Amino acid sequence: MSKHTKLFEAAVSRRQVMVGAAGLSFAFVATRAVSAAVLTTGPTGQVLNPWISIAADGTITIMSAATEMGQGSLTALPLIIAEELDADWSKVRITPAPPLDQIYGNPIFGGMMYTAGSTAVTAYYKPLRTIGAQVRRVLLDNAARKLGVTVDELTTEPSLVVHVKSGRKLSYGDIAAFAEVPKEAPAVKPEDLKKPSAFRLISKDVMRVEIPAKVNGSAKYSIDVQLPGMLYGTVVRAPVEGALPSSFDERGVRAIEGVIQAVKLPYGVGIIASTAWAAFAAQQVVADSVRWSRDGAAWGFDSDKGLEVFTAAVRDPDRKATDFFKLGDTRSEMPRAASTMDQVYLCDYAYHAQMEPLNAVASVSPAGDSAEIWCGTQSQTMAQEATAKALGIGRDKVKLNDLLMGGGFGRRGSRDMDFVIDAVLLSQAARAPVKVMWTREDDVRNGRFRPLSAHYLKAGFDASGAPMAYQHRLAGDRVTPFADPLRYEKAGKKDFILMLGADLKGYDVPNQLVEQIYEDTGVRTSPLRGISFTANKFAAETFVDEIAVRNGVDPLKYRLQLLGKAPRAVAVVERVAAMANWGRKVEGRGFGIAFLDYAGSQVAGIIEISLERETGKIKAHNFWCAIDCGVAVQPDNIIAQTEGSAIYGLGLVLSERISIRDGAVEQSNFYDYLVPRLNEVPLLHTEIVQTDNHPTGVGQMSTPLVAPAISNAVMQLTGVRLRHAPFTPERVKAALG
Amino acid sequence: MSVNFTINGKPASSAAPSTTPLLWVIREDLKLTGTKFGCGAGLCGACMVHIDGKRAFSCQTQVSEVAGKSITTIEGLSADSSHPVQKAWIAERVPQCGYCQSGQIMSAADLLKQNPKPTRDEILEHMSTNICRCGTYPRIVRAIERVVREG
Repeated sequence: MSKHTKLFEAAVSRRQVMVGAAGLSFAFVATRAVSAAVLTTGPTGQVLNPWISIAADGTITIMSAATEMGQGSLTALPLIIAEELDADWSKVRITPAPPLDQIYGNPIFGGMMYTAGSTAVTAYYKPLRTIGAQVRRVLLDNAARKLGVTVDELTTEPSLVVHVKSGRKLSYGDIAAFAEVPKEAPAVKPEDLKKPSAFRLISKDVMRVEIPAKVNGSAKYSIDVQLPGMLYGTVVRAPVEGALPSSFDERGVRAIEGVIQAVKLPYGVGIIASTAWAAFAAQQVVADSVRWSRDGAAWGFDSDKGLEVFTAAVRDPDRKATDFFKLGDTRSEMPRAASTMDQVYLCDYAYHAQMEPLNAVASVSPAGDSAEIWCGTQSQTMAQEATAKALGIGRDKVKLNDLLMGGGFGRRGSRDMDFVIDAVLLSQAARAPVKVMWTREDDVRNGRFRPLSAHYLKAGFDASGAPMAYQHRLAGDRVTPFADPLRYEKAGKKDFILMLGADLKGYDVPNQLVEQIYEDTGVRTSPLRGISFTANKFAAETFVDEIAVRNGVDPLKYRLQLLGKAPRAVAVVERVAAMANWGRKVEGRGFGIAFLDYAGSQVAGIIEISLERETGKIKAHNFWCAIDCGVAVQPDNIIAQTEGSAIYGLGLVLSERISIRDGAVEQSNFYDYLVPRLNEVPLLHTEIVQTDNHPTGVGQMSTPLVAPAISNAVMQLTGVRLRHAPFTPERVKAALG
Repeated sequence: MSVNFTINGKPASSAAPSTTPLLWVIREDLKLTGTKFGCGAGLCGACMVHIDGKRAFSCQTQVSEVAGKSITTIEGLSADSSHPVQKAWIAERVPQCGYCQSGQIMSAADLLKQNPKPTRDEILEHMSTNICRCGTYPRIVRAIERVVREG
């Protein structure tokens, strides 16, 4: 446990913090030190809100650029600054950064503020260390002048500048009271940064700042926001993207006490009421009576038939495909192979199921020329931009309050911010603040899903049996063009949200080809925890296992052979093998392994399962996981994220399934969309393989391990291979015959 | 027709239509927002409160049903996060997004009140009413076992 204590300053008290922090402000940080991606996005002349403020009483306020959905970045990013600043962590206050892309933007996402892809720590690590070190240097320079000594005679202890020779000390608060801030940030070279052995905060496990508020009901999510004069809104959305409401029972809606008005929206019908309950009751009346136009592409689409179409497409060698990833020359080498094998894997749509149904609060000015919004968003930039666009006003006219998110998993990062715009449009119509809440049924039926996909994998082997060529042809419902058209264009029309992870990164296979067959069913799609890796590594890691079984080699040994040129990968595989005591036989149990390199993080997992043949139900008993994510900034949180990610992966592969009929989602709540419950999860054993590499992501890395590990374990136990996720009991029974 | 009841030890009344779920009265009228809306169907447990000392889905309880009853929400479990379950939740660093945790804590407190020494299986059984999508389950079990151990 950490000895450190911390206070979390919620969004509402940001102004007080800034007003109260009547001390030193470092407003230069974006000018030089932050990576070029941030510099190029716009002028820095309006930099009014800094990363770090130090008050005369020693309070240090640090901005957090990432939004918090349970992954811990709200703590981890300021911690990185505090480390190099050598701040006394107990004096640090963290506050959400305002939406100023040019200062706070995520370098990995072209400088927009966007918390996604498990990138926060990896993207901000170097810039934030540099910023912390620069501010420390300014404090040292000011202290040197005050004490009449040279700066090289000074050192720092947490929040103190120390002159060792004379024993004199100045606190950061004291210095802040007289400090002069240079116009140009002092130069900080990489070698000026702390050595990992000198870290006082990184890798030491401080308490996440928002945890105390999450055990007593005081943590604030956007659904908790209440404003004077606030009304309540609900929306009935078209079952198919693009359809329009043609009629509904307006009289029935008005008959409900508390209903103020019904509003036709470009994509549905909105209700405004004086109470939440009236808004929900009226929503039901609309849902029961509304008629929709047949606009929209997904009408008539049926996901079971769609998957057959996708499967036929990937099996057809003449079907036009686009190269997504190439290593070597698979097209030339595959025909030279002494032998080949191929296989097809399938994945259904899946739903995020974040526990807080989508919602937002908006207050649009009566003239419609400005707005204030309260929401839980993965992107401050997108929330502000989408609101401005909906109202036809400048982005600077939108005041954003970003609150804690009751889960995100990718759902709160779509470019159009559908759930925020509901509140904006209804507030505009009501000329009053409106809180729009989605029901769970809204959240499922208007979900944006992990796409439907079919995967054709082929491997070619040389005369010795070694794999020399690999091909992965993927037909999947497009994601990036729907979820974020802007980034799709910027990425040269590459659907990376669908395609990443389809290669064999880490494995020594010299020729690799990943191809996409573009499909667009009209169904709403999105990145979802584990993103494309959940489907693509299910296919690839199951296929690797099938090769090992075909060759009669132990699947773990086979992976170690192929990973020979990737020492960090070998280390996690060997570690997890030792943790699970791989190779032992247990009556009635199957063991399966999977490995992946997920954006640099090395993860390996072994699962132990049993299977009830009469019902087809798979039970997971133990899951061992080893992760090397480079420098472990918050080790306990890395364990927590890895455990949680694995449980998420368990649901995706065993029970979670969205089906589409005539373009509409068939499921509606937790009785027909089954997420894991406590009595269904295995014992989880997670270890971090500590290295000094640049830190990489942790928020979803173990999710994709579970599906292939279970397929591999079922094979070991039964000799039957499962190739269509999720492995629902009906499918398992059918496969066992 | 208003309904009178006690919430967190204080008298309260509601004039909401009698079929209104207690959840919305607690959250939007009484402004006790620690109790969460998750599914509206008694499937996830985010809305869990105690009614006359036993856990109940506030989304499945009509306000008319609580006339004369005593309700405890997460805000009333203790004044200062000092309930043993809350302390254990911090010690084990259970919450991730935190949204389900009020309901989890109310369920755990209910379990331990009725059965101060639950077995692991009893913990799993009782707590499987509550969904945590972040996957904090291993820590939920550890936190409850800590309370059993330390009281």
